Amino acid sequence: MREIDVNKIKEAVAELCIKANTSLRADILRALKKARKAETHTTSKRILDILLENAAIAKKEKRAICQDTGFVSVYIEIGQDVRIIGGGLGDAVNKGVMEAYKEAFLRKSVVKSPLLRVNTATNTPSAIYTELVKGERLKITVMPKGFGSENKSALKMLNPTDGEKEIISFVLDVVKKAGPDACPPYVLGIGLGGTFDKAPFLSKKALALPIDRPNPRRYLRKLENGILKKVNKLGIGPMGFGTKTTCMGVNILECPTHIAGLPVAVNVSCHVTRSASRAI
Amino acid sequence: MKKITVPLTKSVRRKLICGEEVLLSGTVYTARDAAHKKLAHLIVGKKKLPFSLKNAVIYYTGPTPKRADGFFGSCGPTTSSRMDNFTPFLLQKGLGATIGKGRRSVRVKDLIKKHKAVYFLAVGGAGAYLAKRVKSSEVIAFKDLGPEAVYKLEIRNFPLVVGIDSSGKDIYG
Repeated sequence: MREIDVNKIKEAVAELCIKANTSLRADILRALKKARKAETHTTSKRILDILLENAAIAKKEKRAICQDTGFVSVYIEIGQDVRIIGGGLGDAVNKGVMEAYKEAFLRKSVVKSPLLRVNTATNTPSAIYTELVKGERLKITVMPKGFGSENKSALKMLNPTDGEKEIISFVLDVVKKAGPDACPPYVLGIGLGGTFDKAPFLSKKALALPIDRPNPRRYLRKLENGILKKVNKLGIGPMGFGTKTTCMGVNILECPTHIAGLPVAVNVSCHVTRSASRAI
Repeated sequence: MKKITVPLTKSVRRKLICGEEVLLSGTVYTARDAAHKKLAHLIVGKKKLPFSLKNAVIYYTGPTPKRADGFFGSCGPTTSSRMDNFTPFLLQKGLGATIGKGRRSVRVKDLIKKHKAVYFLAVGGAGAYLAKRVKSSEVIAFKDLGPEAVYKLEIRNFPLVVGIDSSGKDIYG
C-alpha cells in the first residue's frame, strides 16, 4: 500500500491546469505547422501564422492561449494499492483548479446553476472522473475545454445494424453544423459504444490522446483515417474560409455496447485542444 | 493592409468589402451573452444605456483577468451567433459594427444591410496575440458579471476580416 497526500494531488492539478492553458500540446503544434505548410491561400496562411505566433507568445509569457480557459475535466487513474491521505480527493482537485485559475489569471467561466447563472468566481467545480487501475500509481489528466466547440458536440443512438457508413455520415453532419463557428481546424474525439452516457464520456476523453498516435486497433485506425479524409473534403478551413485543413486529427475510443444499439458521440474540439497529464 | 480607425461612420463602413483584411484602431466595447441580455432589456425598457451605441463597435469577447503587470488578458472572439437574438435591438440604436467569430442569422444579415453596418471576424483562439493589440482597458458597465462585464478597450492595429459588409454580402454565403 502506497500513501499519497492530497496536497500532492492538489499541486499536480494546479500545475497541469496552468500547463494545459498556456502551453499548446506538441501534437497540436505539429498539426498546425503542417496545416500552415499545406495552405496556399494568403488570408488562411496569415491566420495560421497568427495562431502559431499566439502559441509562442502564450508559452513564453505564461498567458492563456485562448481566453476561454474552459470548464475543467479531470481524469484520475487510481492504483488500487494507493491510499489517499490528508483529506478528500474531490476537494483537493477543486482547490488545485481554483489556485491555478487565480495564480495564472485564467478566466473563471463556471456558473453555479445553469438557470440562475451566477459565476462561482473560482472556475470550479470541475468534472472529476476516477478509474481504479492495478498498482500503486496515480495518474492525473487535466482537460480545460472551451464551450464554443463544446456547444457543437453531439450524440446519436444509431441502430446496431448500422456501421461505418452511418457513423461517418453522422460525424460529417456534426462538423457541417459546427461550420466556421467553433474555431477550425478541428480535432474530433469520437466515443463509440457503451451506453447513452458512456459514449460522450469516451468522446471527450479521446481528445486527451495525441492526434498523431496510431490507434492500436487497426479497424479503428482505418475509420479514423476515413473520417479525417472525408471531413477535410468539407472544405471549411481555418476560420471557415473554405481552404485546406478543416480537421487536424480524429481519435476514437470504443467500448462494449448492447445488442440493440450503437451509441456515437462526437466531441468537437478547436485548434486550441488542451490537456496535460502527470503521474504521481 | 488597409488601416481603419473608429469612429466607423456610415461612409467608412460603406467602403469595406466582404473578405477584405483590415487593421482596426480606436475604441471598442466588449459585450457577450449576459451583457447583451442586459443591454437589450435596457433598450426595450427605454432606459439609459451605459455607453452610446451610435456608430459604436462591439467586440464579442470575455477576456481573461488583467494581470498584475497591467497586460490585458487574452481576448479572442466568442461565437457571434449567440448574440443574434439581441443584435437587432442594438442595430436599431445605431450600432456601427460587431466583431466576433462564425456565422450570423439571416435576420441579422438583413439588418446589417438595412443599417449599413458591418460584421468583422477576428481570429478565434488567438487570445494572447490579440491581447498585445489592446493598449488600454476599463470596465464601464455590469462589473458584477466578471468576465462578461463591458470593457472599453483602446485597440491598435487589431487584425480583422470583413465577414458581412454593408451591402449584406457574407463571407460564409
